Amino acid sequence: MKLLESGVVSENRKHIISFIILAATLLLVFPLVFDIFRLNLVAKYLSLAFAAVGLVICWGHGGILSLGQGVFWGLGGYCLAAFLKLEAAVNIANEAGTDQIKALTTVGLPDFMDWNQITELPYIWYPFKSFPITLICVLIVPGIVAFIIGLAIFKRRVSGVYFAIITQALCWIMEILFVTRQGWTGGINGITDLRTCLGWDIRTQAAQYTLYFLTAGLLLAVILFSKKILSSKLGQLLVAIRDMEDRVRFSGYDVSNFKIFSFCLAAMISAVGGALFVLNVGFMSPKLVTIAPSIYMVIFCALGGRESLIGVVYGTLIVCFGRTYFSEQFPELWMFLMGGIFIVVTVACPKGLAGLFESHGAKALAFLKKFLKIENLASKDKKEVEA
Amino acid sequence: MGITNIFSGYTGEELLSIFTMQGFSSLSLFSVFLLMALGLAIIFGQMKIINMAHGEFLTAGAYTTVIMSDMVVKYMPGLLPYYFIFAIIAAFIVAFALGYIVELSLVRFLYKRPLDTLLATWGVSMILQQGFRLVFGGREDSANLPDWLMGSWYPTETIAIPLNGLFLLGTSVVVTLLVYFLLFRSRWGLCVRATVLNREMSNAVGINSKRIDRLTFAFGCGIAGVAGAVFTTIGSVSPAAGSLYIVDTFIVVVFGGAGSLLGTIFSAFGIAQLQSIMEFFLTGVLAKVFVLLSVVGILMIRPQGLRSNKVRE
Amino acid sequence: MGLENRNSGNVFRAGWFSLFTILALGLGLVASPALAKNPLLDKYPTAKVNTTGLAITDDVVTVGQLHSVSGTMAISETGSVEAERLAIKQINDMGGVLGRKIEIIQEDGASDWPTFAEKAKKLLVKDKVASVFGCWTSASRKAVLPIFEKENGMLYYPTFYEGLEASKNVIYTGQEATQQIIWGLDWAYKQGARTFFLVGSDYIWPRTSHKIARRHIENHLKGCKVVGEEYYPLGHTNFNSLINKIKLKRPDCIYSIVVGGSNVSWYKQLNAAGITGESLAKKNKLFLTISTTEDEILGIGGKNVAGFYACMKYFQSLDNENNKAFVKAFKEMWGDDSVIGDVTQAAYLGPWLWKYTVEKAGSFDIDKIAAASPGVEFKGAPEGYVRIHENHHLWSKARIGKMLENGQFEVLVESEDLIEPDPFPEGYK
Repeated sequence: MKLLESGVVSENRKHIISFIILAATLLLVFPLVFDIFRLNLVAKYLSLAFAAVGLVICWGHGGILSLGQGVFWGLGGYCLAAFLKLEAAVNIANEAGTDQIKALTTVGLPDFMDWNQITELPYIWYPFKSFPITLICVLIVPGIVAFIIGLAIFKRRVSGVYFAIITQALCWIMEILFVTRQGWTGGINGITDLRTCLGWDIRTQAAQYTLYFLTAGLLLAVILFSKKILSSKLGQLLVAIRDMEDRVRFSGYDVSNFKIFSFCLAAMISAVGGALFVLNVGFMSPKLVTIAPSIYMVIFCALGGRESLIGVVYGTLIVCFGRTYFSEQFPELWMFLMGGIFIVVTVACPKGLAGLFESHGAKALAFLKKFLKIENLASKDKKEVEA
Repeated sequence: MGITNIFSGYTGEELLSIFTMQGFSSLSLFSVFLLMALGLAIIFGQMKIINMAHGEFLTAGAYTTVIMSDMVVKYMPGLLPYYFIFAIIAAFIVAFALGYIVELSLVRFLYKRPLDTLLATWGVSMILQQGFRLVFGGREDSANLPDWLMGSWYPTETIAIPLNGLFLLGTSVVVTLLVYFLLFRSRWGLCVRATVLNREMSNAVGINSKRIDRLTFAFGCGIAGVAGAVFTTIGSVSPAAGSLYIVDTFIVVVFGGAGSLLGTIFSAFGIAQLQSIMEFFLTGVLAKVFVLLSVVGILMIRPQGLRSNKVRE
Repeated sequence: MGLENRNSGNVFRAGWFSLFTILALGLGLVASPALAKNPLLDKYPTAKVNTTGLAITDDVVTVGQLHSVSGTMAISETGSVEAERLAIKQINDMGGVLGRKIEIIQEDGASDWPTFAEKAKKLLVKDKVASVFGCWTSASRKAVLPIFEKENGMLYYPTFYEGLEASKNVIYTGQEATQQIIWGLDWAYKQGARTFFLVGSDYIWPRTSHKIARRHIENHLKGCKVVGEEYYPLGHTNFNSLINKIKLKRPDCIYSIVVGGSNVSWYKQLNAAGITGESLAKKNKLFLTISTTEDEILGIGGKNVAGFYACMKYFQSLDNENNKAFVKAFKEMWGDDSVIGDVTQAAYLGPWLWKYTVEKAGSFDIDKIAAASPGVEFKGAPEGYVRIHENHHLWSKARIGKMLENGQFEVLVESEDLIEPDPFPEGYK
């Protein structure tokens, strides 16, 4: 028994340790183990993990289940993709291509606008001519959309189920808008063929290494930042609202403001991920703004542990790796497995992997220590410990 | 294009025919929405379960119909004119059984956590979809319709009323009445409503609320199965067909106000009218966006939906 | 329905099968290289035909196959997967390409464009395949195109599509929009159609096609006009309002590019509303589509479409020796109840065209293949003779087929000459 107790580490130290393990995995282990092709895949997965981190804040701690996380993630992505596309459109004149293509291309106008007979850049694209403004847009556009929705919904005290369904409808509206306004958005093809960012070719191996570290680094930074917020008084209030909304309201707090804040924060964090996805993958597609990806993001979060900022990163990586590797050989079975994960996680372990680790990890750790001790002890002592 | 010049150059009779037919189109769209939403109105409205797999129960009903149709064509071609009625009943039974199993094995653990039912039933929906795909293949499938469901009825020379639309309308009226009587005029309905209002009290007066839950859920799924069977007259079946309907269905139910059967009917009617009028005067895509936006807008002003029952939490 | 079972089962097994053959072959190579001696090795030594490090040995050349075998597009792409495998098998039976047997690495795009991009990169960067046969939707092609151009790969793309593209790294074996549209509209004009109603699913191919169609109708067909142009979201299932609108406009020709799951609802509701091949013919009107092939009719049911017309380059019922042999071989390999649509046939052309191009170039190098492609002919094509144009599209004929109740087409008429591919039609910008 004594051994068990000594295995319990203080709450704070545990967080620091698990953060260091995550950082070491992302920044050291992965780059050493994987080649650039796989590493680029990991970068893609990590950019999705941003959305899961956002969900930890608004769902895990705030109790607001947003089924529209993909919309904000996608808006962030589209903003950056718009900038990169304009850059590509300006550079196209210098690139090799057949005369026919050149004759059909207007310099400075994205190719899909040419295909849709749009002759002048729509005003909505003007902000994306400037890199700093684009960066601001990546954060602000999803932020504003989230703010408007949050304001309208939370001020009227709509919550839970209704909110989830309204955000899902939002996904649908976004998808239809992005697909049908194809002269402005590239339609169902999305914004493709992105090559350079401020003249820096994002498709080279060196660039992909850099982008991987940028993605992983930013993700770690966002996790630290979120941790800071969640452990502040604000974070505690969020949890209080989640668990007993009325009591917080009666204590004199304006509950809706906190909800709006956490929803917007989650949206902006997701948007950063969307933008990084565009850099890593080189295109943006409306397929990523539909209902299904948003639900996948929720499952990343549920699997990793909806309250654990670090757990969700593992959740994302496991689902995505599973999808890539398992689906190569057994595409049919993969869907069953995925469905099974949804069910098992929600029914059996609502706190996800992080919850499992909490409840069994300490015991496992203690067992490990015990085991190691046994190795060192003489057989006489071993009996004692077992007793 | 302005509304006036669309209609220039037509005689009054022609316009009347078109408007009659258009009026009927919106009625059949209303029937589609209503049939989809009835089952969910029971499951979501009464039980607060977010059943994302609702569309898959619909698909299950549709596939049942397709199987029956194939069997009839193969073994008993003479029965083709009549089989459809039995197919609807079979679809109900299959979806009911499937719903029963899902409730028993999964949903009953989650009544206290409504948001989690969303995730778990999404998992169910993935599994069912993949199951359909493995069993039936991914292709669009359709049932062989009896002749009395094909073609149109011509009340005048220029008006054509699709027979499958009439059938759809008829079925939705029958199913609605059935649901109404079961919920509000039967003992079972009384128990359901009592359980929804106050579970502890219901238990105390001797209602087996667990059994009621199970039957209610399965019944809602069964109605989805009926909807699926009837939809084979207007569309196709594919493994993912249900997911096309699910968001629409939720919107109808939420818009109507959870827990209110009448609200669901109003909302299905309103959304269907709005959508078909928009489709006729604007374009299909714009209609969809406009309808979704206005529903979301109205929900923001009136979050409880069109009608709502006061329920003690 | 038995058919679908067979399809999905086969793709599944095919994955295992290819894994197996690759393993077996790998073992075979290690164990007894002498057994699989390449007779053409002296003439085409590996060092000479492969200067860029592609996955080519003395006896084997590896190619990639990139289609969706899972997800919503799987059913459309299955036909292409099967046709490409048939072609590769036949080529191997004839002795392979430059004496080398073709090995396939199949990847699943899972109906998801980002996945397509990921897998394309894997095929080119990790597997170093000599060419890729794959993609179906425009969106998947657009997603992989930059990767093919960056990594310098070669893609054989089978689907009829909207044009507005010509890449050094792609051979388009399907028709671009003008090849399918203009001749078909001229035919409708000859049948007496003067007013046209354009209907489409809402994405780039139908929109672009309708723009080309509208241009042609308004500028080149005397006294003709477009009386309506409507788009519905993919997967839309309620067309009654649209049908009423069509009835209001009374067009001579309904020109339809509706795709996917919407197809069945669209045809069923047309039928229910009394717009059938028969009723249109009575009024000397017609329904013409460029998006419905034998594959789709299988799901819609021949009864619902009988009497409508489609403009394609290939129908399964084409009456020529090449096609008879092709249909026979296809059914032998993939089952008697298979149907073969336009795209399936176009996919079959890919491996053959690649083989002839490699033989013409005397090399597997991508640059040499790209340069050698124009002018390559395939006389054994089921659709008849085809030839690659300078813009990497195919010269091919167009044909009008009338849909029959049994799900097949009656080929009514075909264009006299091969139609030149023109992916960048004049004045289109």
